Amino acid sequence: MKRDAQRRRRPPLTMMAVLGAAALILAACSSSPSTPSSAKGLPGETDGVTSTSITIGATTPETGPAAPGYDEIAPAANAYFKYTNAHGKVNGRTIKYLIENDQYDPAITATLTRQLVLQDHIFADVGPLGTPTFLQVKSFLNTEGVPALFVESGCNCWSSPSLPITFGWQPPYTDEGKVLGRYIDGHFAGQKVGYLSQDDEFGQDGVKGLDDQIPSSDVVGRQTYVATTQGLASGLGSQIDALKAAGAKVVVLYTIPAATALALLAAAEVGYNPQWVVSSVGSDPPTLTGLLSSISKGAAGASLLSGIISDAYLPPITDATNSWIVGFKKILHTYDSGAPWDGNTEYGLALGYNVVQDLKAAGKNLTRTALVDAVENHSSSLPGPWLVPLSYTKSDHYGIQGNEVVQLENGGQTIKTLTPVEATTISGPITTPTSTPSVAPSGFGS
Amino acid sequence: MSVAWIWRLRLPNQPMLRHLTLAISGGALLFVLTTVLSSFNDYQVAQIGVYAVALAGLTLLTGANGQISLGNGAFMAVGAYGAGLLLAHTDVPIAVALLLAVAVGAVAGVVIGIPASRLRGPYLAGMTLALAVGLPSMVTKFSSVFGGDQGLSIAPPTPPNGVDPERWLAWIVLLCVVIVLVLLGNLMRSRFGRAFRAVRDDEVAASLVGISVARTQVLAFAVSAGCAGLAGGLFGLTIGGANPDAFNVQLSISLLAGVVLGGTGSLFGVWWGAVLLVYVPQWATSVAGTLNLQTGQSSNLALLFYGVVLVVVMLAAPGGLQGGIRRLTTLFVDKVRAGIQPSLPSTEGEHT
Repeated sequence: MKRDAQRRRRPPLTMMAVLGAAALILAACSSSPSTPSSAKGLPGETDGVTSTSITIGATTPETGPAAPGYDEIAPAANAYFKYTNAHGKVNGRTIKYLIENDQYDPAITATLTRQLVLQDHIFADVGPLGTPTFLQVKSFLNTEGVPALFVESGCNCWSSPSLPITFGWQPPYTDEGKVLGRYIDGHFAGQKVGYLSQDDEFGQDGVKGLDDQIPSSDVVGRQTYVATTQGLASGLGSQIDALKAAGAKVVVLYTIPAATALALLAAAEVGYNPQWVVSSVGSDPPTLTGLLSSISKGAAGASLLSGIISDAYLPPITDATNSWIVGFKKILHTYDSGAPWDGNTEYGLALGYNVVQDLKAAGKNLTRTALVDAVENHSSSLPGPWLVPLSYTKSDHYGIQGNEVVQLENGGQTIKTLTPVEATTISGPITTPTSTPSVAPSGFGS
Repeated sequence: MSVAWIWRLRLPNQPMLRHLTLAISGGALLFVLTTVLSSFNDYQVAQIGVYAVALAGLTLLTGANGQISLGNGAFMAVGAYGAGLLLAHTDVPIAVALLLAVAVGAVAGVVIGIPASRLRGPYLAGMTLALAVGLPSMVTKFSSVFGGDQGLSIAPPTPPNGVDPERWLAWIVLLCVVIVLVLLGNLMRSRFGRAFRAVRDDEVAASLVGISVARTQVLAFAVSAGCAGLAGGLFGLTIGGANPDAFNVQLSISLLAGVVLGGTGSLFGVWWGAVLLVYVPQWATSVAGTLNLQTGQSSNLALLFYGVVLVVVMLAAPGGLQGGIRRLTTLFVDKVRAGIQPSLPSTEGEHT
């Protein structure tokens, strides 16, 4: 009897459910798909901009395996923004920089980038770090109309008609590989060359550049490693042994700093002393010195760095006569005190400087379109620490496309320049630019 | 007396009807919820939905069938790469890609389930953990197919004109969750579900009544992995790609933590587990930010948080959050009923 009574009372709930379903279906059908209207400009032109402030943001690893060293970049860029806020602002606006820790995990990058764009309404994604991480959000940012300047990665994948508001900054890895390859071919002709590269787009693109210049008959070994905690846990001993057995006299490393340190230690252990050539990504002396001594528990250190050949697209951090370096060091000391002066902080400060100049060039009526126009049209004449003028145009979204070959001496205490600055593009020839390096405005940094 | 009918209201007893009623009313509620939330919150709803699908599959395997899996994150990777490759090379609708994700996940589940049915307890845990560790390396091994470390890009689903992309994503995910929960709910109530539980409770007794223990276990693995595959496909759509870094060991372990926190074996509980999986890391990060911790400490804070939540939940509600809530509501409803119907002291006995 009880059950019958309940059964009779059932309709209200069922009715509600059916009505709900009907509403769901109606709503789903009512909006018919059609092509989006081709409105002029970008969505959310002035998001993040008020009359007194500009909010920008970035995702970057502050923890996790990629954090050591890279976690200094965003705070250094922020130091430059703080310096700008205290010295004249950007057309009357202060910069607010939101740094989110994505731990170099693309899934977290996806969430945090949406948080920055949809919740914090950033004007632009400034200095997002990493290739796999940024690849995950490139189309989202494109759809939302958020300019990305500048992606902290040398992937050959940032200059594409499908990404009209995305910009790279540092030289593409292939460019660097070509300049290093040409030096090796010119100075170690006929000697056996071995490669040790990271098994991803960073290593592969770099090797592409090397192969463009070094005859394949000279290359006697091509070793790779996987840049995960597991991939590096057992060291790089087997790869180094293979290169030694192949008789390589010159070993090129397309490695992150941790892997550079592991390779140097593995070679030292077996008494292998080739001429090391290390891409700029993995050759920052202060970072390497720290890693060498922590991995070897103090048994090895900076002495292993002497003689390493590398390349640079910003002035050497040890160049005390360079006006940009002098200014950046002062700014870092004042606005990010405690941070070490090394290749990472130099990178962050220079990138921050570039962004500020572009924001200024975009004018008083700041919009996303104006910012993108400023980068595409006003970069070539922009003075800065870069060794060649920035090469941004409407069709080329890479910034610094020139570097010089350098050599570390005194355990990395001094960095000697071996060649004049050479400019190139991913598929173009190597040229020697005629421009002279720019000098920072007087009083820069103080 | 006028509100007393609410307490007498019962869902239909026939499983399909009961689950459909729940699904449609729950779905409508979630639909209304997504329309009032902001874009970013809709995105988080989508993330919760993705975890709910993965947890639903795992809770069936662990709760109903008694098999442990530390490798469901790997099945998610299988689904994500399956859907991602199909979407990259063809123009099929997203629904087809998601069906493929279920299929490849289930096939992987059968392949793993066959040897797994010979293993018990810690050995099974070890084997599935090896899967979670090893499978992402395959991606870098065959990088020409899978895109290596940088993985595959998956374009987000194109919403109909005028619909917010994140909201559209949330709807797609929620529709999948509702379908999965209805199907799993029915499965749990069917003879297969009874076989799952029989095998869990006593393998010898189950085989005595004619249930093939191994076949039942493989089936549970396949269903669980199929759900994980779907979750992986949805995960790919949500984060915009498939990538070895996204399917790490930690994902597999947090899925198991999510199942335990929500309430092992409870399909309602997957919601609680999914909400925690989305929000705990976020809370931990913001707490780490306010505490101004050193990087080494703050990176471990999320894990510490999980640990604390896990311990607290296990102490306060051994049946998980859903178990705890069920206990509290029973207490509350009994009290209210006793208050409303003082003249019918004997109804409790008739109800149960």
